[in-house]
Amino acid sequence: MMLQQLSLFLENKPGHLSSACRTLGEFGIDILTLSLADTQQFGILRLIVQDPVAAKAKLETVGYTVRLTEVVAVEIEDRPGGLADLLTLLNDKGLNVEYMYAFSYRSHGRALMIFRFDDTKMGCDVLIASGAKVLPENEVLTLIRN
Amino acid sequence: MSRKADIENRFFDHKMETLPQDQIKILQVERLRKSIERMMRVPFFKEKFEAMKITPDSIQTVDDIRRLPFTTKNDFREHYPLGLLSVPKSEVIRFHGSSGTTGKPTFVAYNREDLDIWSGLVARFLVSGGLTPDQTCQISFGYGLFTGGFGLHYGIEKVGASIIPVAAGNTARQIMMLTDMEPETIIATPSYLLNIAEEVVAAGIDPKSLKLRFAHLGGEPWTEDIRTSIESQLPIYCFDNYGLSEVGGPGVSGECYMRDGMHFQEDCFIVECLNPDTLEPVPEGEVGELVITPLMRMAMPVCRYRTRDLARIMPGTCPCGRTGRRMTKLRGRSDDMLIIRGVNVFPTQIEIAMLSVPGTSPHYQIEVSRPGALDQIKLKVELMPEAFSDSMSVMQQFREQIAHAIYSSTGLHIQVELLAPKTLERFLGKAKRVIDTRKLQS
Repeated sequence: MMLQQLSLFLENKPGHLSSACRTLGEFGIDILTLSLADTQQFGILRLIVQDPVAAKAKLETVGYTVRLTEVVAVEIEDRPGGLADLLTLLNDKGLNVEYMYAFSYRSHGRALMIFRFDDTKMGCDVLIASGAKVLPENEVLTLIRN
Repeated sequence: MSRKADIENRFFDHKMETLPQDQIKILQVERLRKSIERMMRVPFFKEKFEAMKITPDSIQTVDDIRRLPFTTKNDFREHYPLGLLSVPKSEVIRFHGSSGTTGKPTFVAYNREDLDIWSGLVARFLVSGGLTPDQTCQISFGYGLFTGGFGLHYGIEKVGASIIPVAAGNTARQIMMLTDMEPETIIATPSYLLNIAEEVVAAGIDPKSLKLRFAHLGGEPWTEDIRTSIESQLPIYCFDNYGLSEVGGPGVSGECYMRDGMHFQEDCFIVECLNPDTLEPVPEGEVGELVITPLMRMAMPVCRYRTRDLARIMPGTCPCGRTGRRMTKLRGRSDDMLIIRGVNVFPTQIEIAMLSVPGTSPHYQIEVSRPGALDQIKLKVELMPEAFSDSMSVMQQFREQIAHAIYSSTGLHIQVELLAPKTLERFLGKAKRVIDTRKLQS
């Protein structure tokens, strides 16, 4: 039930983000969603792409520092308080969210969030047991494509 | 351009400071022989001397010093902590030290006589630089293993002036002392005094309203530009002195009111200026490595200590009447040791500490700068791909680990910048690991 996320190390210098995105484009890697965490010195670009394993291999050939991490895609109700409800649930279960970001996708009153937990497996299990709608990788990719 | 300070030419020990050169040489031979006797109580030197057939009688003239072996920082390291002690440890009344590549300090020891002689040497350069017994002195040096804090403290006491031992740091309090306690003299590193000067102005205090007139600066090499800069901000005279812990600490040489070179205290030190590669004397007046033999060290005598400091010995005599030859300000180092805010550090020391953290690569660069008044040191290091994490907290922790490892080993707070692999310039020959943009030549 987990999703592979591609993370790229970027030095925080002018042009580094755009050249990384340019490279992704040249390799034909479609970005489904992304988030950028940055400090004054460096940044971490986190991406959900169609084929993360192939994308990692391609990026490494041109010298990028890349890592694959397992994250969890959760569907929530697209309404005020929808995200808060899910976070309350996680909090009650004592699950620590390392970071999270949203998919630009939304339809039929549903929104999609990506969660990164300290313990991905436990995060996934707790969510499923609590009745949250965790989407498997193929379903995420199909959803986005449609 | 004359840098002469408009003050009275005073002496602390007139006889020794003005002893004619021929008499200095006689005294040097006599004292060197006694120092060799003391050194022979140290197994390391005894073996060396025996192998080289050296006895006190080997010294007939000062030039015979060239028959003696060199002592290096490494000898101190290899005999860490107290292998070079020539008296029982119980006789020692003080230890000082400086940092070394192993991350452990090199210790030097003083017995009561050492401290008395040392404080006298410090008193001489302080008095030649304006200190009088009626003054108040603010010591803004760090106290501790560093010879500067206590060395100057005892020298000032010897002169009879009063001391505010405020120590380094807390600049607001430094300024409060300057305005409220009205010291005439301050002791600091030049970079810290620059910082204080900037803060005085920033606090809206008229520098002319302060009683401060003199500064004795040390702990790091500094230039005439820094002197000009400080003196343009504060109405004071800055004086330079030189020394290093291995030969006893500050007091090897110091400036007189002419401020045109630092007079060696040649009754207590034999100073050679050698080509660091051939170890032959450089022609008179040329830049070479200062090799110093302290003559009056009791607890830890050494001979021909290779300081790695480059300077010139100036020809000619000084109108002040002091007979000790003069050295210029330091022109650099014959090895790669860096002096950052008064702390000695070798790039290899940083490298070893850095590489102790898993995930670092041996591709790094050390950048030393002085953006304002204080030295800044930055380590740029390429991370190994396996050390990269999508988690920001893990990455920040990684940086902190590196900084902490370096702090533990060197005592320096260093800024760590992570770089992507293969972004630093690669070198075919000797890598240029250090970029020092501080201006030290003048």
